[in-house]
Amino acid sequence: MNSYALDIALTVNGERVSKRVDARKTLVDFLRDDLALTGSHVGCEHGVCGACTVRVDGEIIRGCLMLAAQCDGATVDTIEGMSDSGEIADLQAAFEQRNALQCGYCTPGMLAAAQDLLKRGAVPSRDDIREHLSGNYCRCTGYHAIVDAVEAVAQARAKGR
Amino acid sequence: MKPAPFAYKKVRSLDEAVALLGEKEAKVLAGGQSLIATLNMRLSSPSLLIDINGLDGLSGISEKGGAVEVGALARHAQAERSDVIAKHAPLIARALPHIGHPAIRNRGTLGGSIAFADPAAELPACLLALDGEVDATGPKGKRTIKAQDFFRGLFETALAPQEVLTAIRVPAADKGARVGFAELARRHGDYAIVGLAASARADGKGLSNVRLAYFGVGNTPVRAKKAEAALASGNIDAAVAALDLDPNDDVQATARLKKHLAGVLLRRVAKQLLEAGS
Repeated sequence: MNSYALDIALTVNGERVSKRVDARKTLVDFLRDDLALTGSHVGCEHGVCGACTVRVDGEIIRGCLMLAAQCDGATVDTIEGMSDSGEIADLQAAFEQRNALQCGYCTPGMLAAAQDLLKRGAVPSRDDIREHLSGNYCRCTGYHAIVDAVEAVAQARAKGR
Repeated sequence: MKPAPFAYKKVRSLDEAVALLGEKEAKVLAGGQSLIATLNMRLSSPSLLIDINGLDGLSGISEKGGAVEVGALARHAQAERSDVIAKHAPLIARALPHIGHPAIRNRGTLGGSIAFADPAAELPACLLALDGEVDATGPKGKRTIKAQDFFRGLFETALAPQEVLTAIRVPAADKGARVGFAELARRHGDYAIVGLAASARADGKGLSNVRLAYFGVGNTPVRAKKAEAALASGNIDAAVAALDLDPNDDVQATARLKKHLAGVLLRRVAKQLLEAGS
């Protein structure tokens, strides 16, 4: 039986969620519309801008290029979860200190992508940081301050180990 | 925009996928990194998506009998981390970092990149440069299709409507194998304005069996056969002069600029091919 709507059960930010979703609903729309987790942003809707970046089963993905229906059984972390857990508190503080955000539209995706790079453990070069964030557009602050913030946190975390 | 309505079915077997492909306007969903973008933009509106992500046995990367076999569902990120790819398929290893961005490569599959056959994509050109092949399964069973016969036109392949691509295979690189790769894009991870994937065999101080596969210059990946012959004779200038490409203008560049850049890339790639241990 092929269905236009499906029942899915997944874990979002540590909480079990069961919902009926349209087959055509993307993960980011599901998070925003059905779960009111509006920290993940919808930008280009074709995988270019990175504003919808979230983690599925520990890996960053485009929330606009995965269907909610595909997330049955998955573990999803959004900016709300990463923020509440304190996992990225240092990154958030560094972004604020260095004015690495202005309108803030790209910031949740930037933070998710930056954390993905930093949790690998090594201190990345500025080129590595730029490459890892190359799929995230910022249209106001520019990228230098963002790279500065990520680099500063990488160094601070390395010292703290 | 949002996708038009479609039905969705996560299949549990290849046979089930093949059977469902018999339905009108059904499409296979693998990594979805191109397909879902086209759905969102309503550039395609299938009636049914057949999600093959749950199929077992299609994600392996292995070397056997002098060939590297990559299951259709192996993710780009998985291949980037693979020792088998690094050691035995160095051309693919060089191409992978150019594909999209980390979040895209976590989902995108090698099989999907080949089956989608975007003329500006890296992996179809790599498959052609390496004289590789694909396995496909349809209602009549399994068959193997050579890369040179696979890419038929713009987003068009030799896959029959009910066939599913299950694996790609390339010859494992040995001591005499040389590869080269370069592309020009406006931003890292964008589709290339022009790109070149190449393979050859070391032959004394020169090269033999040169295969130059350009992408972004036509409706499919394109071999530059006259330039291949000139490069095999050791003359890079002659190879550039012999470039027999006929690109069209597109949103990124004029045909004239693309042709010029193809020559620039050929010089870079020729250098890689001629360097020992490339």
